[in-house]
Amino acid sequence: MSDTQLHDLISRHEVDLQAEWAKAITSAGSAREDLMKPEELRLQCSDLLRRLRQALKHGGTHDLTGPEWKEVREMLVGVSRTRASQGFTPSETANFVFSLKEPLFQRLRSELSAKPAQLAEETWSASTLIDKMGLLTMETFQQAREDVIRRQQEAMLELSTPVVKLWDGILALPLIGTLDSARTQVVMESLLQRVVAEGTVVVILDITGVPTVDTLVAQHLLKTVTAARLMGTDCIISGIRPQIAQTIVHLGVDLTSVITKASLADAFKIALARRNLMVVKRTAAVAAPVPAGV
Amino acid sequence: MPLTKCETLAIRAEADVVLVRQAVRKLAIEQGFGLVEQTKIVTAASEIARNTLDYGGGGEAVLECHTDGIRKGLRLVFSDQGPGIKDIGQAMRDGFTTGGGLGHGLGGAKRLVEEFDIVSAPGSGTRVTLVRWK
Amino acid sequence: MERIPILKMGDFLIVTIQVDMHDRLALALQDDLTTKISATNAKGVLIDISSLEIVDSFIGRMLSNISGMARILDAQTVLTGMQPAVAITLVELGLSLPGIRTALNVERGMSLLRASLAESDDATSEDDVDASHEM
Repeated sequence: MSDTQLHDLISRHEVDLQAEWAKAITSAGSAREDLMKPEELRLQCSDLLRRLRQALKHGGTHDLTGPEWKEVREMLVGVSRTRASQGFTPSETANFVFSLKEPLFQRLRSELSAKPAQLAEETWSASTLIDKMGLLTMETFQQAREDVIRRQQEAMLELSTPVVKLWDGILALPLIGTLDSARTQVVMESLLQRVVAEGTVVVILDITGVPTVDTLVAQHLLKTVTAARLMGTDCIISGIRPQIAQTIVHLGVDLTSVITKASLADAFKIALARRNLMVVKRTAAVAAPVPAGV
Repeated sequence: MPLTKCETLAIRAEADVVLVRQAVRKLAIEQGFGLVEQTKIVTAASEIARNTLDYGGGGEAVLECHTDGIRKGLRLVFSDQGPGIKDIGQAMRDGFTTGGGLGHGLGGAKRLVEEFDIVSAPGSGTRVTLVRWK
Repeated sequence: MERIPILKMGDFLIVTIQVDMHDRLALALQDDLTTKISATNAKGVLIDISSLEIVDSFIGRMLSNISGMARILDAQTVLTGMQPAVAITLVELGLSLPGIRTALNVERGMSLLRASLAESDDATSEDDVDASHEM
């Protein structure tokens, strides 16, 4: 009947426990008052303690996956997720739960000092329960962190692959940074989707911002060009620096089937020509402004 | 790698290859694959299912949905009791074909999935396993 | 047996593939098209695959064959509407369908065919060719 024992103990000393718990968190250096107000921490302590007490009252087991532990689980998941995003460290987050051990064990000791066997049993049972709660917290914390990383990766991918419309029917993709397989995949997909959506005639892949072109990168570029061609769009690769031209030839990558230009401006000129457009200088004789390409 | 769903399809005629494609597409959507991922695994399945029919004289496809932690994936096993492949290395090479294709079947299918395994010996049939994770 | 319909429009033949083809259907299309090119003396063939969700090596080969056979019969082939996912997969598969002309949609494909027809009719009127290239 250890649950009743623990439940009674918590209900008798709830207010004290809660204060001592918050104090234990602070003294462990895990309160992070820069990130969380002391009142908020105390609120979390009292809330969790209340839920824990209710779970112990209804539940016969310490199986945290059971329905009677739903409230506690939700609370721990919530606390852990917020802390992960607020910038708490893993140990600070874990200490939030583990700090409950000290005040709880003290109470157990003073209540059961006359019955050492029962004390040992109760302490063990309470300890494993809190460990389980701590583990759940850590698992959620880890997941939340992974979510953050994944979101950042996605955001970075999107940021690093802006598809720009230069003119009606002309898209440019200024590539910046290293091209790996995952990124090329995203680049290719988002580019080709836009090609369909905009009815693009010419695409310019500008690699001015790509530091190095190795065989793999060159192959990725070629794949993109080929896929675009299969859909009926021409691709021009621009921004090829002299060193990159050298490496491409040394690597034996065949880019002869691809139109390549040194600068984005040159590529744009070709693209305009494909669209039967040209840029003309406005002369004084022309009274009304003439938009380029008309 | 827990198995969450499994179905077996017979490959006896050309129409069965189309059914395999459709079944793989359906499972890929259920597993939350993106459009490109769906297309890749369906295309790979189509290549191998055709091999099973044309070279293996028919056989079966076992389509399995798996979960591995948060990852979801598809595992497709194609097996036949046909004559088998003498030189797998040669068969995997692009451009190699004893049938009428462009010779991109095996090698191409391998590039479309994350895990590829082929077991075959003359006289004892062929078993090709394709795995792709979301 | 089930067949893919082939439409004739002026000098051109138009095919839109809308079903998941099994191999025999693809081969039948190849036969039908070559027969029809020579019967109608068509100058161009437009194949729209915008509803096709996959193109594997067999269908890819069929498309290459049609284009090659049409060329021998003096007709140009344009493949239109390939979906991005299909294009990406084909490239990964190692098929780039060299020698096949492509266009984003049927409209562009038709003007490409008309342009190449005008080109072969009158090789000197290059301006007209370029003009009809654009939509």
